[in-house]
Amino acid sequence: MPIFPLSIHDLRFAPNGREVLAGVDLELSEEGITLVLGPNGAGKSVLLRTICGLIEPSSGSMAWGGAGGTRPQQGVMMVFQRPMMLRMAVLDNVVLGLKPLGVAGAERRRRGLEMLERVGLADRAGDSARQLSGGEQQRLALARAWLTRPRLLLLDEPTASLDPSASAAVERIIREIRTDGTRILMVTHNLGQATRLGDDIVFMAGGRVCEHTPVRAFFARPRSEEARLFIQGELPWRMRFQGA
Amino acid sequence: MSAFAATFSDALSLLAHFDHTVLEIVALSLQVSGAAVVLGTLIGLPLGACIAVGRFPGKTTLSVLINGMMGLPSVVVGVVVYLILSRSGPFGALGMLYSPAAMVVAQTLLVVPLMAAITRQVVEDVWARYAEELQVMRFSWWDSVTTLLHDCRHSLVVAVLAGLGRAMSEVGAVMIVGGNIDGATRVMTTAIALETSKGDLALAIALGMVLIMIILALNALAYVLRQWAMRRFG
Repeated sequence: MPIFPLSIHDLRFAPNGREVLAGVDLELSEEGITLVLGPNGAGKSVLLRTICGLIEPSSGSMAWGGAGGTRPQQGVMMVFQRPMMLRMAVLDNVVLGLKPLGVAGAERRRRGLEMLERVGLADRAGDSARQLSGGEQQRLALARAWLTRPRLLLLDEPTASLDPSASAAVERIIREIRTDGTRILMVTHNLGQATRLGDDIVFMAGGRVCEHTPVRAFFARPRSEEARLFIQGELPWRMRFQGA
Repeated sequence: MSAFAATFSDALSLLAHFDHTVLEIVALSLQVSGAAVVLGTLIGLPLGACIAVGRFPGKTTLSVLINGMMGLPSVVVGVVVYLILSRSGPFGALGMLYSPAAMVVAQTLLVVPLMAAITRQVVEDVWARYAEELQVMRFSWWDSVTTLLHDCRHSLVVAVLAGLGRAMSEVGAVMIVGGNIDGATRVMTTAIALETSKGDLALAIALGMVLIMIILALNALAYVLRQWAMRRFG
């Protein structure tokens, strides 16, 4: 089932009357890494969850693979800021996503070991996943998602609370996943990471997409005032005072 | 020597000499309660996990009902099972009344709500953390239930132990449906009640000591296993 282009139009989500997504419009083409930036409470994570189908929007539309296309049953995966680590071995955790796809046990194991090799966790295959460090757990979560061969991978701050070397390892894997043909939409607060990883930037504030531009253009000439202030590090403070 | 000390001395003597009556009663108790706990585990744990993971109308009511049934009076369960298994009852033809099988049925009915309620609480807490990721991976409802039961296995030992404790210490229901028949349906709790009423306190205390030792030993074993598992799997 085709996924791209993914066209999101006037997407709204307002639980208990509070508008978290206030009319998001977004177009995603087939390739690349799109970074979603914005202050806390801008609706970035909610947008990812809505695209993933975890949240039912109040209104608006998402057209998958062209006009009128519906959400595909497979091919969209998400990795969370704090990934789930079941009380099992690393190998058992990494192959978890293959179970619903009906991949047989021996084949799951073969693919799992191969994937652990790619993310540098092969020597930890038999260890408990909960004993891994934060960076290793995030690599495991990425490997788990990657193993299902997603067409679209949604990443919700995968390097938050990781040290620079662990972040670098995660970024390397994200680039490999992209090279492997997976479209990536990733939320981050790290502007340096956005310049290193991103092809384009979606900047959100107040539940809306303020601009969607290539990375260089975004940092060189932000079109919206919100984006300019965010890059300068002022936006969260302004919004707070304006809200008060 | 006071009567109290003499009774304890006699009880220890019975245990030291592996008294045949004591051993027979202990063996039957373990068989009946063990079978009830196995059945309770097979029913109660999946039931609790299904309630935790499922989204259906009446979920809250069912949760409250299961919680309330944790304190189900054992004599009430005994009477209900008695009516069901008596000659004129719906399962009277099975001829199970006054047999260990009837006692297993009664104890199973007592432990299932307890084990289901504890399981629901444990699994619900974990489900709240894992639900999104399992949904993203397109886990079916049943796959989510089995995955969470497996993940919570160390915590669910508490549910099994609680069920075992309830089954082994229960007296009302097994007395009614088992009849406390010597050599056939006499278990530790019914024997303790009978021997106490007869004035044979030594046997009652000997059985009581065995009962307490079994429960303590099982709890200690579960504690050690849990500690090991937490170190191994986190």
